This record gives sequence, structure tokens and C-alpha cells, in this order.
Amino acid sequence: MTESSQILAVEGLTTRIGVNAVVDGVSLAVNSGEVVALVGESGCGKSLTALSIMGLHPAAARIGGGSVRLDGDDLLRFSEKQLRGIRGKTLSMIFQEPVASLDPLMRVGEQVAESLVVHGVASKSEAESRAIDMLEKVGIPDPAARARQYPAELSGGMCQRVMIACALIARPRLLIADEPTTALDVTIQAQILALMKELRREIRTAILLITHDMGVVADIADRVCVMYAGRIVESGDVASIFAQPSHPYTRLLLATIPKLSGTRKTRLNAIEGSVPDVSDWPVGCRFRTRCPLADDACEKMPPDFSVSGDDTHRAACWHIDRLSEMDAMGEMA
Amino acid sequence: MSATIDKSPAPARRFAGLRREIRGMRAVMPFVLIFAAFVLLALLAPLVAPLDPNSQNLLGRLKPPGTTARGIFYLLGTDNLGRDLLSRLIYGARISLSVAILSVVLSGTAGTILGMAAGLARGWTETVIMRLADIVLSVPAVLLAIIMVAVLGPGFANVVLVLALTRWPRYARVAYGQTLSVANMPYVRLARFMGAKTPRILLIHILPNIIGAIIVVATLEFGLMVLFEAGLSFLGLGVQPPTPSWGAMLSTGRAYVATAWWIAAFPGACLFLLILSVNLIGDHLRDRLDPKSR
Ligand SMILES: Nc1ncnc2c1ncn2[C@@H]1O[C@H](COP(=O)(O)OP(=O)(O)OP(=O)(O)O)[C@@H](O)[C@H]1O
Ligand code: SF4
Ligand SMILES: [Mg+2]
Repeated sequence: MTESSQILAVEGLTTRIGVNAVVDGVSLAVNSGEVVALVGESGCGKSLTALSIMGLHPAAARIGGGSVRLDGDDLLRFSEKQLRGIRGKTLSMIFQEPVASLDPLMRVGEQVAESLVVHGVASKSEAESRAIDMLEKVGIPDPAARARQYPAELSGGMCQRVMIACALIARPRLLIADEPTTALDVTIQAQILALMKELRREIRTAILLITHDMGVVADIADRVCVMYAGRIVESGDVASIFAQPSHPYTRLLLATIPKLSGTRKTRLNAIEGSVPDVSDWPVGCRFRTRCPLADDACEKMPPDFSVSGDDTHRAACWHIDRLSEMDAMGEMA
Repeated sequence: MSATIDKSPAPARRFAGLRREIRGMRAVMPFVLIFAAFVLLALLAPLVAPLDPNSQNLLGRLKPPGTTARGIFYLLGTDNLGRDLLSRLIYGARISLSVAILSVVLSGTAGTILGMAAGLARGWTETVIMRLADIVLSVPAVLLAIIMVAVLGPGFANVVLVLALTRWPRYARVAYGQTLSVANMPYVRLARFMGAKTPRILLIHILPNIIGAIIVVATLEFGLMVLFEAGLSFLGLGVQPPTPSWGAMLSTGRAYVATAWWIAAFPGACLFLLILSVNLIGDHLRDRLDPKSR
């Protein structure tokens, strides 16, 4: 991986809501053509991380520090006008609710063409013919006819395909997808993931995929960042993480994937308890209140330890060497 | 794949919806026809009115309906100056409908723009516009209109202006509320994210999604505007004589109720029918279009 292939580089991103750092010193990188999964339970700050990267964080939130470099430019220093210039064009996004994300009174073709039109990239008629090509690419049959229809005439899976077409028509460098398949049923979910894999290769868009589903991660990601309570606790190649999960939290997440059956529908609620409220995040290691290995050492914040030796796989835990104890305990659950 | 299954039902579904819409219209169809008849009479007044509405026949004053005087047949009788009541009613429909249409279009446009601006801009724009709307709405509308016409002077243009100035808050409130809810819809946030600027958001993404609610208000307001125009004319503050207006005719007829009931009865009946049909159409539209009742 050369420096030039790096598309997104987030360093020490901190976002506060009130006094609480809901995103706390998050660092992650996405290289060209790569899918990086940001995974963690509900309420651990994944969406806020994504929104902060794009400058769309809610009014109550303040960016407290760090940098977000897209092709080398720090987005945190961009004006609203500069941001508007790249959103939808260089940087794109897919939201969770495919049906609600489409304007009910606008033809599907026009919506797909919208980012080309508002950025003045193409004339209206050219944009619409490119929209039809894009609809075909995302696997919508008879795209010319579909382009003239309204969202209500499409199924949920179709709507999500249309959303993907909207997001990718301008061939963005980076696509951020926040739980793009959560609202869909399992079969459609698999189709959409397959489609995203295919398009990433064809359009060469890097993808930051937010999910709470380790099954989705296994399906599509090249690299993984595991997030817990506002911090990245483990990151590395997907193969390395699945083979040698090195943070107790990652281990527990992985345990939620059923080992024998092929279905991967299980959600993360299999871990006992839930992410505490932001105001109750403990000092030191934040996983301390739920970690089976926690002891006095964990009252101090653990640094990022290298697991692999070459820094591609890191985990933030004082007791990486005691992980095997968990297997013994795991039998109880 | 699901493609072929998905494709065929769509047009069929759309026609089913249309058929249901027409069947739903059946209940208000008589009132749509009454309204259409008034509009046609107003448009074609010079062709359908039997006589000049202002030509006086002082020898044929206060003739009851169905009288023939000097070879002229007066279907609905004559008024105190011997003018043909039917012709005056037909020309009066022009005044009622044009005042109502113009004031609804003016107040509707202004109110919708202001309401959407308040809903999208928030902050002090929102405060100023919506508090102003509250103030205007807190004064009884008839009273406000009477005071304003008294200040500006009567006449067609002033009546329209005054009605627009007093009625815009109704639209502003609806447009504001609808904009607030639509602006938070994911598709508006997405369009904004994709780089769409405010005018495009308002015009392309918000307006089409709130126009149904605005049309419902406009229809109900239309009946009210007919009534307001009649009321102002009744008080002598509307269009000035000899231009025929139902309200002014009612006012004249009041003096003759005991001796020539038809002078007041027919314009009263016209007002009743027009307002009733517009309101019933409005109620029907509200049931069909208003997102809240969906
Ligand atoms: N606008 C806001 N105002 C106050 N608190 C907020 C706001 N948005 C998010 N939070 C808080 O930030 C924390 C992280 O929220 P976030 O939406 O990023 O979680 P998430 O990891 O995306 O979870 P999920 O899987 O449920 O989407 C939550 O505890 C939430 O209470
Ligand atoms: S640092 Fe301690 S509490 Fe945190 S994950 Fe490691 S063992 Fe558990
Ligand atoms: Mg989220």
C-alpha cells in the first residue's frame, strides 16, 4: 500500500456532544478500491463518526480535534461551500432508509441524475441517459422504463439499488454507507452486498461501510475497524481479525456469528448488556464494565498495541496475552 | 427474477387508483357541476345574460319573477331600478369568482413562500414571519378587512389586496408545518447532501410534497373569500355600483324584503350554492390529499 493510494485518512477525530467525547480520537484509513468496515454495537458512535467525516454532524455536536483528509485535503478546514462542492461528487453516501431516502414525487431517473445536474457535470438530458446506464449497472431490469417510475412503484430492494445508483453515478472516490442493508431482508441483503462488491471493482470507489453485523463484515470487508464507546479498539485485515481477534470485545462480537449454520442473520445483541450511555463511559478502558478479563490495570486507558508486528493489526487492550482465558469462560455462555 | 413479476402490476395499479379516485368523486359530483356552472356563466356572461345588467327600466321596477313587461321577459324579475335580476346575477358571478380567485392566488402564493422560508430557514426569519402570522390571525379577519378597506378605499383592486393581506397567514401556517416535517425527511437531507442548493430544495423537493395540503386550504379559503367579498360589498366597501355584486344586491334587497323578496333571495341563494359546493369539494379534497388524514 503506497501513500498515494490512500483516499481517506482520519487522524484523532474527536466529536463532542456537550462535555462527552462521543467520538474519541478515532483514526482510520481507507485505500483506493478497498472496503473498510466500521463495526460496533448500537450507540457506540459509528454514525456520528461518519457524519463528522462528512461535516454533517448534528448542531449539538462539536468537532474537538483531529483531521479528516480526503485525497490529502483536510475536510475539517473546508467551508460549507467547499463541502457542498465535493459531496455527491467526490464523496458520496448511502443512508439506511432506502425508501424514505427517495423523493416520493420525483421520477427515479431524475433522482439518480440529481447529483450530476446540481454539480453541473452534465446537461439534463445527458445526465438522464447516464442515469439509465447506472440503473442498468445496479441490476435494475428495463432501466429506461424504471427511470420514468416513482419510488412507490418499486420494492424496498429496488429502492436500495436506486440509492446506490444515486450515490455512485458521479463516480465518487469514497462512498460512506451507513448500515445500507439493515432494513432489507436477508436474501436482498446478500444481493446488495454482492452488487456493492462488484461496483467497487468497476467504479474503483473506496467504501467505508458501517454495520453492526459481523456477518456483513465477513462478506464484504477488506479491513475492519472495531469501535466501542467512541474509540477504535481493534483494527486490521479482515482475515487477520477473524483468525486472531485480539481485543475481548472483538472476540465477543465474533462469537455472535453462528459457527455451524450458514445463515448470518444474528445481530450483536448476543453480548450481555449494552453500550452504556455516553455520560457513563468509564475512565480507562471503556470496555471495563463488560469485559470478562477486566482488572485494576484496566483503569488506565490502554494504548494501541501492535498484534502483527508490522502494525497492520492493532488492538487496544492491556491483556492481549490473557485472551485464551476467555475461551474457557466462553463455554459458560 | 422478480423483475418480470414487478413490472406488470405497476400500470394496472395506477389505473386502479384513478378509477377509485373517480368513484370517490361521485359523492361530490353534483357540487362540482354546480361550481362548473357558475364558472361557465361567469366566463360567458356577455353571451348568456339576456340583458345589459346595468340598463335601467324605471317603468319596470320591482317586477316579480316571470313577468313580461314591454315585450321583455324577466325570468327572475327586476330590482328597484328595473334592471334584470338574472343578468345582474350572472355578471355578479364574475365579481365573486374573480375576487376569490385573485385573492386566493395572491395570499396562497405569498403565504406558501413565507411559510416555506420560515420552515427551512428557522432562526429569526422563522420568528419574524410566524409571529407576524399569529398577530394577523389574532385579529378577527372581517374586522381587519373592514378597517383596511376603510383606510385604502373601496374598489375591486383594493378588496383583492386586503383579502390577500389578511389571509396569507392561513397558508403560511400550513406551509410552515408541512415544510418542517418534509425538510426532515431523509430524501431532503440526501438531496442537500448531494449538493442541491436551497432554491432547488424548496422548489423541486419540498413544494411538490406540500402542495396537496396547500390546495386543500386554498379550496376552503375560496368559499370564505366569496363570502368576504359579499360582506364587504354588502357594507358598501366592495366593488362600487353600478357594477353588479351579489353582496351589494343583497344589501339593496334588504330594504325590499317585504315587498320584493326576489331581489335579496336570488343573490342569497347563489352565494349559498357557490360556497356550499366549494366547501364540499374542499372537504373531499382534504380527505384525499391531506397527508394527515391518509
Ligand atoms: N444529536 C444528538 N444529540 C445528542 N446525542 C446524540 C446525538 N446523536 C448521537 N448522540 C449520541 O451519540 C451516541 C452515538 O450515536 P451514534 O448514532 O453515532 O451510534 P451508532 O453507533 O451509529 O449506533 P446505531 O447502531 O444505533 O446507529 C449515542 O449514545 C447517542 O446518544
Ligand atoms: S483493557 Fe482490560 S477491560 Fe479493556 S478490554 Fe482489555 S482486559 Fe478488558
Ligand atoms: Mg448509526
